[in-house]
Amino acid sequence: MKRKYLSTPYIIWVIGFTLFPLITIAVSAFTNDDGAFTWDNIVAISEPINRQALLFSLAIAFGCTLICILLAYPTALFLKSFRFKRKGFTIFLLVLPMWMNFILRILAWQMILSKNGILNFILGKFGLTPLAISNTWIALMIGMVYDFLPYMILPIFNAISDIDEDLIEAARDLGAGSFTVFRKIIFPLSMPGMLSGVVMVFVPAMTSFVIADILGGGKLQLIGNIIEQEFMKSMNWHLGAGLSISLMLLVLIGLAFTMRNDMEEKGTAIW
Amino acid sequence: MKKVIYAAAILLFGIFALGGCGKEEPKEYLTVFNYGEYMDPDVIDQFTEETGIGIKYEEALTPEELYAKYSSGAISYDLVCSSDYMIQRLIQEGEAQKVDFSSMEYADNIGDRFWEFSRAFDPNNEYALPYFYGTIGILYDTTKVNGPIDSWGVLFDGSYKNDIIMQNSQRDTFMITLKYLGYSLNTSDEGELREAQELLIKQKPDVQAYLVDEARDEVVAGNAAMAVVYSGEAYLGHEYNENLAYVVPKEGSNVWIDSWIVTKNCKNIEAAQKFLDFLCREDIATKNFEYIYYSTPNEAVVANMDEELKNDPAITPTEEDMRNCEVCTQIDEDVVTLYNELWKELKADGGE
Repeated sequence: MKRKYLSTPYIIWVIGFTLFPLITIAVSAFTNDDGAFTWDNIVAISEPINRQALLFSLAIAFGCTLICILLAYPTALFLKSFRFKRKGFTIFLLVLPMWMNFILRILAWQMILSKNGILNFILGKFGLTPLAISNTWIALMIGMVYDFLPYMILPIFNAISDIDEDLIEAARDLGAGSFTVFRKIIFPLSMPGMLSGVVMVFVPAMTSFVIADILGGGKLQLIGNIIEQEFMKSMNWHLGAGLSISLMLLVLIGLAFTMRNDMEEKGTAIW
Repeated sequence: MKKVIYAAAILLFGIFALGGCGKEEPKEYLTVFNYGEYMDPDVIDQFTEETGIGIKYEEALTPEELYAKYSSGAISYDLVCSSDYMIQRLIQEGEAQKVDFSSMEYADNIGDRFWEFSRAFDPNNEYALPYFYGTIGILYDTTKVNGPIDSWGVLFDGSYKNDIIMQNSQRDTFMITLKYLGYSLNTSDEGELREAQELLIKQKPDVQAYLVDEARDEVVAGNAAMAVVYSGEAYLGHEYNENLAYVVPKEGSNVWIDSWIVTKNCKNIEAAQKFLDFLCREDIATKNFEYIYYSTPNEAVVANMDEELKNDPAITPTEEDMRNCEVCTQIDEDVVTLYNELWKELKADGGE
């Protein structure tokens, strides 16, 4: 009886903010202006322009995830080895920027990278040639990595922290060197964390459009930008919804594929 | 659902309104619907003081939002101010009622050329009263260009590589190109639109960014030599950087006019006309002008303006500037679809 009441907020939330919107989107996606059933909006993802944007999004999301892993893993290892009493504080410093609105932070990057921006000002002080990376995919990548990195560090760090010290000591007793310990113990046991990190970085990177809008100067077109345009500018909600559904399905299939092994072991620990 | 929310909003508004006025209650009310920050609040108070007619003031941010709120029918508006193409839509849908502008004392303050421009969406000048207007032009940094600019050509001839900011808006960006090519900005000819798109694709490598609100800021900050902007933005730009100049290119441009209409639901036509007349009165129009700083069609206001404002093409475009300008009118549904396609192709071009 009691449990039934506890579930109320969850049920309201899921119905109101997951199921209802999803159904609305699905209905929109599978109908045309006359309300008749159609597959057109779903298949539209394979049209040249949409496909190009999709591939570009994939490439950007993949690159962003990879860079995040390369930056996050050493960071997580470092944080784990940190013997400072207040380990929480070092992590807090990492998360602190996330307390500020992300659009503002991306706008700050726009200022840093722009032609007469802070970066080029500093380069100029050292007599170096200014960089022209504003409004290019490099700027987009910087913004994305900056924004999503904490979502990669935290789950990896949590996974590594959870590793039983005894396992590592046992390995060492049996003569394993640092590299072997890492390869055989730490790395495999940190996989669930890394996978959560991948989900939390790859999916938003794949579907975002605001960062591309701000740092791409309207010249870069991710699939998210196309969907946004269908909704906000072209007022073609059916097509926008169709593309969203296709994208969602692609992401789901991709995740199912990635998670297949992980599910069996530890389940999807999202954090 | 929407209706419930609106009802709740009105109720709340009502409570505040009642709480606000302990003094005498106006007997008649007008419900006025306008864009945000688009009228000096003092003007509303003064109208109530002078006429005893209360104003219920509602705001929207964009023409589309305004239209959505209007057509939901939750609130019965008496007067609506919106942009040319939206006014056209409302008139076509039979939402406006005729107003006898000749019986109004101050309607003559609105210059003849604005009544003429209005004919694009109100062919017999029966419905719409011009409120503010503006142009689209080039805002440029005089220290970064060779000599004064007078043509859209500078955007397309490749002489300012990576130094150009274009508008991130389909209609505006195509408008510029169509005008440069010598076509009407309301064209629905596929060949002309494709020609414009070809030129835009060719231009894309020279474009630093397609922006909306930040376009002006990039020129102010010196990141770009020139940007396509709305005249109102250009005027505000001067305040930050005095090397900026604004020009309406000789090939012509888009002139937009925001106008008032009286809706078909308005019962108190006399009061509505009084309000419109009030807006045209010189002192009131001046107040609004000094609050908004867009171009005013009110010639009595222009006559008494500072010389500096009077000579600023961003505030007071000359007859010469306006010669080739056109008002944007509604385009057909299939042309809209074509625009969307062409725009997507432009944006996708050169992508990785």
